[in-house]
Amino acid sequence: MTNTTPSSPDSPEASIVSQDADAVAEFEEPKKTVLQKIQHFLHGNPAMVPVIILVISVFAFRLIAGERFFTAFNLSLIMQQVTIIGFLACAQTLIILTAGIDLSIAAIMVLASVVAGKLAVILGVPSVIALPAGFLVGTLCGLLNGYIVTRLRLPPFIVTLGTWNIFFALVIWYSGSQSIRSQDIDKIAPVLKFFGERVNIGGAVFTYGSFLMVFVFLFIWFVLNNTAWGRHVYAVGDDKEAAELSGINTDRLLLSVYGVAGLIAGIAAWVSIGRVGSVSPQSFYDANLDSITAVVIGGTSLFGGRGSILGALFGALIVGVFSSGLKIAGVDVIWQRFAIGCLIILAVGIDQWLRRVSA
Amino acid sequence: MNLFKKTALSVGVLTVSAMMAGPAAAEVGACLITKTDINPFFVKMKEGATAKADELGISLSTYAGKVDGDHETQVQAIETCIASGAKGILLTASDTKAIVPVVQQARDAGLLVIALDTPLEPIDSADATFATDNFKAGELIGQWAAAQLGDDAANAKIAMLDLAASQPSVGVLRDQGFLQGFGIDLVDPNRWGDETDPRIVGNEVTAGNEEGGRTAMESLLQQDPDINVVYTINEPAAAGAYEALKAFGKESDVLIVSVDGGCPGVQNVAEGVIGATSQQYPLLMASMGVEAIKAWADTGKKPEPSPGLAFFNTGVSLVTDKPADGVESIDTKEGMDRCWG
Repeated sequence: MTNTTPSSPDSPEASIVSQDADAVAEFEEPKKTVLQKIQHFLHGNPAMVPVIILVISVFAFRLIAGERFFTAFNLSLIMQQVTIIGFLACAQTLIILTAGIDLSIAAIMVLASVVAGKLAVILGVPSVIALPAGFLVGTLCGLLNGYIVTRLRLPPFIVTLGTWNIFFALVIWYSGSQSIRSQDIDKIAPVLKFFGERVNIGGAVFTYGSFLMVFVFLFIWFVLNNTAWGRHVYAVGDDKEAAELSGINTDRLLLSVYGVAGLIAGIAAWVSIGRVGSVSPQSFYDANLDSITAVVIGGTSLFGGRGSILGALFGALIVGVFSSGLKIAGVDVIWQRFAIGCLIILAVGIDQWLRRVSA
Repeated sequence: MNLFKKTALSVGVLTVSAMMAGPAAAEVGACLITKTDINPFFVKMKEGATAKADELGISLSTYAGKVDGDHETQVQAIETCIASGAKGILLTASDTKAIVPVVQQARDAGLLVIALDTPLEPIDSADATFATDNFKAGELIGQWAAAQLGDDAANAKIAMLDLAASQPSVGVLRDQGFLQGFGIDLVDPNRWGDETDPRIVGNEVTAGNEEGGRTAMESLLQQDPDINVVYTINEPAAAGAYEALKAFGKESDVLIVSVDGGCPGVQNVAEGVIGATSQQYPLLMASMGVEAIKAWADTGKKPEPSPGLAFFNTGVSLVTDKPADGVESIDTKEGMDRCWG
């Protein structure tokens, strides 16, 4: 790993350092090829990589799929379609930054939505109680993951592989694997679908849910960069022992990270009811993997301690642009999947190439 | 690490003891192996089988894959059944081709193997198949949609919301049945998506759930906003498609048709969300399957397929409140009485 040296531009504090590095590097510029210059620029600004891929892919699909792709409406529709994966990718990034991984994150969301939905629609509990109950379920599930990771010292992959199955079983048990119909929600607890409400801005149609997702991303981004807690998240992911030696209570920090991720999944549960229309225990079965895909394409290192939370948002959007563009171009579903696979490897490949830059 | 080893060990012990809890040797044993125990369809199937088994004094063990497509768990379940000395297996296979060799092992060991709902490939790999005629189920909704449109059927714009890219047979049969009923050339009836009729806007996959149905419908509407007929693989996908249509302000101009006949689906037909659905009867499949195993254990007689078909047809009815001329149907009241899940 290259990111253990103190001057590494990979760490979040690096933007200032890397600007200095650029200034020094100007001496050698005539000797560099264009490719090396690009590599050097992106090395200093790793968060730009997913943004550039996103912009390139939007324009590429404008050529491939035509004008129907490049309308304000379709681009905003992509935003609607990635909203749920975006929420999960946000939670997933927090955990991956600590060098963990959460395979159970989508199951937590579905469990929270089933609990809130069943309480509100079937059992007639007021929504003001049912929805917080969903948040609570999400948070508790996250804390359970965190508790097992920190107290039993099991690898997060194994822990969440286990809890994924446990939460999923609880979903099926509690819901009887029955969806709660959209029309019944409208009749009894319409506030559950609040985040599915749409606003039209000059032909672009956004849901309240997409706004909330962007807000949550910006909020977490702010917290990660401007609070001690956020700094500690990066520190623990970068080098847990060093973080411990510098006085961070790593167990308590990890527990809080898993709890926050669970809470985000609980909020995503509310948004997902608006998105899907019904409370659906069978939806989002492999959204955990989709969230990891978004995080990885967004340039966050699976080894922890490196990456920007906003990368995950762009990662989710890139996947959304690809799948929308390929569908509108009429590409067979098999090859849509093939293309997403190539995209993952390409994105991580670019990331590795950038890290090999000779500073 | 130590703790991890211990956990792994105790999980192993649990699995072994669970596997040994098979039927007692004295009574007739039977196994029910479903694709998953998530889908209400299989939940209902299990209920039907359990009730009939209790009635006939058969000891029934049930198994299920973790998700649709979980082949490995089904293979293990069949092996466990053979070892337990059961007389017969009721199976809804996830992978209809790959399961054949282990089904043959079971038949060689003297078990009666009945495929429920999903025929094996080839269909005679099982002793008998009790299933919905999925092609017929599709054909009914295709005929109904064409009849509703009348002369406009010639200019229809059709969205096809299918199950999965791997094209499992149930998805292909319903899709192709629908197109046949609507009057569209199938090209290869063993595949969907190869049709050239310009009335088909496109095929998208939904995984048979609401989220998939909504996203797939949005994509197809982006390809052609004038879609006026929507075929869906099942009712959850149809409910998702309806949400997308509503978001596009098009829910009143479109006919949605589906297959399954679950209670929420029939309710959606009654409320006009879905135009018509083909109802199938999982409870009947399972209870008849248990009876057949009992007969096999008592007399050694195997069940016979329905005349003209390679399988025993457990029936399918079109449920709609807007009956069309020339297409037999039942109303949603009767559909509710007979719905599952």
